[in-house]
This record gives sequence, C-alpha cells and structure tokens, in this order.
Amino acid sequence: MKGRIFSVVGGMFLLTVCGKGEQSQVQAAPPAIDPAPASASSSAGGTITGKVRFTGTAPRGRPIDMSEEAACKAKYTTPPTDESVVAGAANALSNVFVYVSAGVPAGQTFTAPATPVVLDQDGCRYRPHVFGVMVGQAVEIRNSDPVLHNIKAVAKRNRPFNVSQPNAGMKMTRTFAQPEVMVNLECNVHGWMKAYAGVRPDPFFAVSGPDGSFTIKDLPPGTYTIEAWHEKFGTQTATVTIAGTESKTANFTFAAR
Amino acid sequence: MVGQSDCRTVGRIIVAAAFLTVGPTVRPSVAQDTTAGKIVYQKWCAGCHGDNGAGDGVAAKHMIPPPRDFTGAIYQIRATASGNLPTDADLQRSIDEGLPGTAMPGWNTRLSDRERRDVLAYIKTFSTFFADTTLRPQPLEFGSAPGGGTGDEALRVGRQFYDSIGCAKCHGDLGRGDGPSAPTLKDAGHPIFAADLHQNWLFNGGGTAEDIYHRLRTGLDGTPMPSFSDLIEQKFLTDTELWRLAQYVRSLSPDEPPVVRDVIHAPLIRGALPRAPDDSAWASVDAYWFPLVGQVIRKSRWFAPAVTGVWVKAVHTADSIALQLTWDDRSESPDPAWLEQVGRVLASLQSDDSTAEQPALWPDQIAVQFPIAIPAGMERPYFLMGSPSAPVYQWRWSSSSRETAVAGLARGLERFDPISGGGVGGVGAQAAYDRGRWRVVFTRALASPDTASQLPFRTGRAIPVAFFAWDGSNGEHGTRMAVSTWYFLALDEPVPARVFISPVLAMVLTLGLGMLVVWRAQQKTSYRRQQ
Repeated sequence: MKGRIFSVVGGMFLLTVCGKGEQSQVQAAPPAIDPAPASASSSAGGTITGKVRFTGTAPRGRPIDMSEEAACKAKYTTPPTDESVVAGAANALSNVFVYVSAGVPAGQTFTAPATPVVLDQDGCRYRPHVFGVMVGQAVEIRNSDPVLHNIKAVAKRNRPFNVSQPNAGMKMTRTFAQPEVMVNLECNVHGWMKAYAGVRPDPFFAVSGPDGSFTIKDLPPGTYTIEAWHEKFGTQTATVTIAGTESKTANFTFAAR
Repeated sequence: MVGQSDCRTVGRIIVAAAFLTVGPTVRPSVAQDTTAGKIVYQKWCAGCHGDNGAGDGVAAKHMIPPPRDFTGAIYQIRATASGNLPTDADLQRSIDEGLPGTAMPGWNTRLSDRERRDVLAYIKTFSTFFADTTLRPQPLEFGSAPGGGTGDEALRVGRQFYDSIGCAKCHGDLGRGDGPSAPTLKDAGHPIFAADLHQNWLFNGGGTAEDIYHRLRTGLDGTPMPSFSDLIEQKFLTDTELWRLAQYVRSLSPDEPPVVRDVIHAPLIRGALPRAPDDSAWASVDAYWFPLVGQVIRKSRWFAPAVTGVWVKAVHTADSIALQLTWDDRSESPDPAWLEQVGRVLASLQSDDSTAEQPALWPDQIAVQFPIAIPAGMERPYFLMGSPSAPVYQWRWSSSSRETAVAGLARGLERFDPISGGGVGGVGAQAAYDRGRWRVVFTRALASPDTASQLPFRTGRAIPVAFFAWDGSNGEHGTRMAVSTWYFLALDEPVPARVFISPVLAMVLTLGLGMLVVWRAQQKTSYRRQQ
C-alpha cells in the first residue's frame, strides 16, 4: 500500500493516483488532462499541506491468513498484514482522510468529476484502502481476483448495498448520494478486507500518503475546520485561515492506541 | 423456591416481549393510518423492535439475529435490487408471514388486515429514506422457473455454479453453514450464521425454489449474503443457470418439512447390531425428527440454540439396542476458528448470570434421556433432567471423547451422577463428523445390571425418551443447551406366526362354509326337481 497520494488538482477535481513500487496497482482514472467545468468560484486559491504522524509504537500488523485463497496468497512474496495502521518512516501515518469539515460557504455547489474513482479487489485486499469521492461521483469497483468477493457498503446516510463479484474481470459502478465520513466497505468472505470511502460534497479532501503528507488545493479565502480521520486512531481537527493564494500548513499528530 | 422465582422471571420476559404496552401518549401523526399503526406497533411490536424502532426492545437481547432496526431501512426480504428500499408488498409479506428461522412470527392470524396495513405505514416513519421520493422502490423482473428443475441435469448445473461462484465459502461444501468464512460472519457487529441449506423451512424469505432465486437476485441486505444479479447482467452466467442454482439449493432439503411423530419404532433386526454411524443397516431404518428449543426455564437460560433438531433411528436385536442420532452442526467443536464468534454470541445475548461469561473451547454434546424404569401409568419424571427426588437415566456423549458415552442419573439440571463400571451393561458410542453433520450411535444391552436405576428395555412398551444437544462453538455448555420434550420409543416385538396364519385360516374357513351352504342348497333343489 505504499505510495498513494490523492490530490485534487486545481479546479479540475480530477483524481490522480500515483503508485510507486507495486505491480498490482490501482488502475486509476486517466491522468488529469481536461479540466472539468469550473463550478467553484475561484480557479486558483490557497493550499493546505501537512503531515500526519503518530506518537507511540505502531501496533504490529497482524498477518492475514490467506491459505483458503491460493490465488490471492500467490500475489504476495512476503505475508500480507493487516492494514489498519500503515506507518512510514519517522512515524508517518498513511491512509488518513483529511477534509474540510466546516467553512465552505453553504449553498456553494461543486460538480462531481466525470471520471470514476476505482476501487480494485486485488490479492484479497482493497486498493486503495482509504479514498475520497464526491457526492454523485462514480465509484468503479473491480475484481482482479479469480475468487468470490462480496462488496458490502455499510452506511447510515447513504443506502447500503451488498453485491457479489465471483469472477475476475467483473466491474460495477455505484454512487453515493449523501456526504458521509466514512462509508465502510467490506468483504464478508474475507473478513480482513476493509476499505473506507469519505463522501464529500466538495473537492477539498485528500488522503495522506506513505510519508504522511497530504495537500488540499484551491481553497477560496476563508476560515476552515480541517478534520483528519483515521480508522483506528480516531479524528483530529485544526483551524486554518486562507487569505489568498497562500499555502498554509496543518500537521496532525495522533496518539497510537 | 428458586423454581418459582425463575418462572416469574420467565413470565415477565414473555409478557414484556409479547404484550408490551405503553401509556396512551399519541403524538400527532402525518396520516390517519400511521396514528392507528402506532397503537398497533406499541402494543405488539415495540417489545422486540423498541419504542423508537431501533431494534432495541426489552426482548432484543434474547435474540440472534436481533430484531430489525427500522431506523436504517435496511431489509433482508425484498423484491428490489440490493441497496434499494423494499416495496410495501415486501414489508407486508414479512409482517403477514413472519420470518421463519427467527423470532418474528407471522401476524396474519393475529392482526386484522387493517391493523397490518396501518402498522406497515407506521414502521416506514422510522426512517427518512422512505420519505425520499428519489428512492421509490422498483421490484426486479424475476420471470418464472425453467422446467425440469428436479432432474439430474438441472441439479448438476446448479451444483456446478454452487462451486464456481463460491457459495461454499460460507454455506460449506454440503450446504450446512460450515464454510471456511462462516465463523467470521457479522451483521452490524452481531454474529450471524450462514443458512443451513438442508433446512429450507427455516429460510428467512421462504423455502421454495422461487424464494431462493429471489434471494440470490436481491441479496439479503444487512447480512453478508450479497446479490448475484450483476452476474447475469455481465453475462457470467445466464438467468436459467441462476435458477438451476436455486433449484439445486432447494433439492438439499426434504420435499416437505419434517413432521414430528411421537413414537420411534425400533424394528427387530436379524443381523448384527449396527454400531458404526455409517453401517449399511441404518439405510433401511425409518428416521424420526425431533425439534429442539432453547432451555429457557432455569438459569443460565439459553435463547439462541444452534441445534434445531435431531433425526433419530433405532433398532434392536434379541439382546441389544442401538440408537443413531444425526444432527446438523456447523462446527466440529472444539474449534479455535470459532472462538471469536463464540465471544460475539455471548456478547449479543443478555446473560442472566451475575458475571458475563468468557468464550471458551467447549465441545459438542448430545444426551438421550429415559426414565429409570418404564412407567406404569401416564406419569413421567420432569422432562428437564428429572428432579432430586425423581431422577432420570441418561446417556451422554461429548466430542471431546468421541468413542465413549457415559450413562448416569440426572437429578435436575445441576446434578449428574455417572454410573461407574461401564463394562457390563454399559453404553457404547461411535461418532462421525462430516461437513456440518454429526452422527452418533449409542448401543446398550436390553437387559440392565441394575433394574432399579438403569432402565431395562422391553419390547412392546412405550418407553419415554427425550433429547438434549449442545453446540460448543455456539457458546453452549451446562444449562445453555437445546432441549426436547418427552417422546416415546417402542421396540417392536417379533411378529408371532399366528399373525400371518390366522387371516389365511379365517379365509379358508369362510370359503369352505360358503361352499358348503351352496352345495347344500343345490342338493335340495335337485332333490325337489326329482320329486
């Protein structure tokens, strides 16, 4: 799960997924080329960057027993481990969903990108493990494993669903109608498979990468509450005021538990 | 008087569960029928589903699966695609017919049409999803079953897809809910179990091939059971093939739900006593079904038994008796793979012990109970393992020592005294577990070394018998078990020769007499003519 930074790029609201080092990477949306119709008021605004870390000792990832699924097990050279805490160098914390939880003027609407977010089931794991998606934006769920997966969405504000994909090459597309942090996705055949989707009405969100860094771009001037969500360590908030096209920093430190 | 206070507690639970009434606080409601529906709901539904529809009524902590939480509008039994709301007809069916295999009864015999329609309208007010006009539910097009669904070829195709789309992952190779993923299944944090496909009378949405096909198309939302509709749309299988799968699943259960017959007939057999569970002699012996229910009379009570019933076959020879007990059990306990699920089961149910119990690796157990002697009249010992003054005679078997059984006297739930010296007159056992099913054979001599305490078996008498079962991987041990009431065992007597000879003799005599009468009459007629 190394090397994945979700960034929302200047007014285009296109999702770019940069993968490093792994063969079986997320087949992400095509590289951002065409700007989506700009519906936000500004085409260039402020930027919030930061790093997410944690204090204490990271829990050792439990090995996942894939002996029942030879086809998945064969995709790993070292035994796969539980992804609930993925730590980088110097206690960097990846898979943290960072988003603007308050401060975007009410009534301002944003158009969802036409390109879908891709969620792949590969090696009996979800790739990516944590992602953001806009309300109404398609999530394309693929199965790259020749085994039965079911994709169960557990949600409160959105309608849940539970659909099977027993064959490699299957695809399905779903959208979420309401903002919700987070919608949980799980496979019941493989109890360790979990993914988390942050559904937002605006494009101001990011997921921390392997070095713990994230970038939220194109924020119009204003004072914002930034929330960082981690599946195991909980949430943290920070307040950031953006005056123009400046870049502000918001770092988050979680306590390991 | 522990028994009395226990009874009172049970009484309170039953009353609370079934007849919970709430004070007459009627809020203004949007429509007439939801106002009327609220009154029905508070009287009949809130005991389990809670005053606010959150599935948290007073009886909820005695149920697995727990009552539906209406606030999320997630429903298992629908005609609509996964994630969609149910139609009114879907909800009406669940209210009218109930959900077999759960605590939800059918209400069509208890409430009027009007009351059931009103309560449906009220239940929908618990969730804002039903008010969202963009979510109007559309039933799927199901079509009808292709013919030949019980033929070998149809079932072969169905089995092929059972394997290829991974049904066995949860439901197990033979469909008894014992698949490798079965111990990990959860529904909103509560433990949930893959259906035993050999007991279609307990399927939540009904047990016909049509019902099964509908569930395959829609999934059971909230549970781990997904929808398989996408497979047809993406041409990974055809609609007919999904029907074949449904028909194959249907074929795993008996044509009709088993009917309880009170008396087990144990025929006299000529050969050797079948001591092994797979002895071919068992194949021709009639099987009797006895349903089991949770032990909810004495502490610690058990509201979620895993063993729903036991199939019993019995035979005897001139000097010995054998009983074969067969029951579905999704785990060969003790099995560490199920330990976490045991924890979830115990956490989901309200314990009536002072301290919550920790999960442990308990074995599977079965017990057969008789009176200590064949009663002369109608009176039998207390069915729940006798009492201190009137003990019962039991055979007990545990998966932790498979090839032995223990005979003993139970004097109530708390006390079991094994009878030592199992050699002469002792009880033998042999057991086999195969993919979700136990088969255990008990054997004993008909004669008893101690006729005062160890029932001597006699032919031609109705011998009371009862059964108890424990699934260790469901947290069952001690008083947490499944129980039956008293039934009877009758050892058929050898049929005496006169039974066959008498009717023949009677026929010959009747015929002879008749012919004699005719002959005499003819004699007289010819005599008169001659005159």
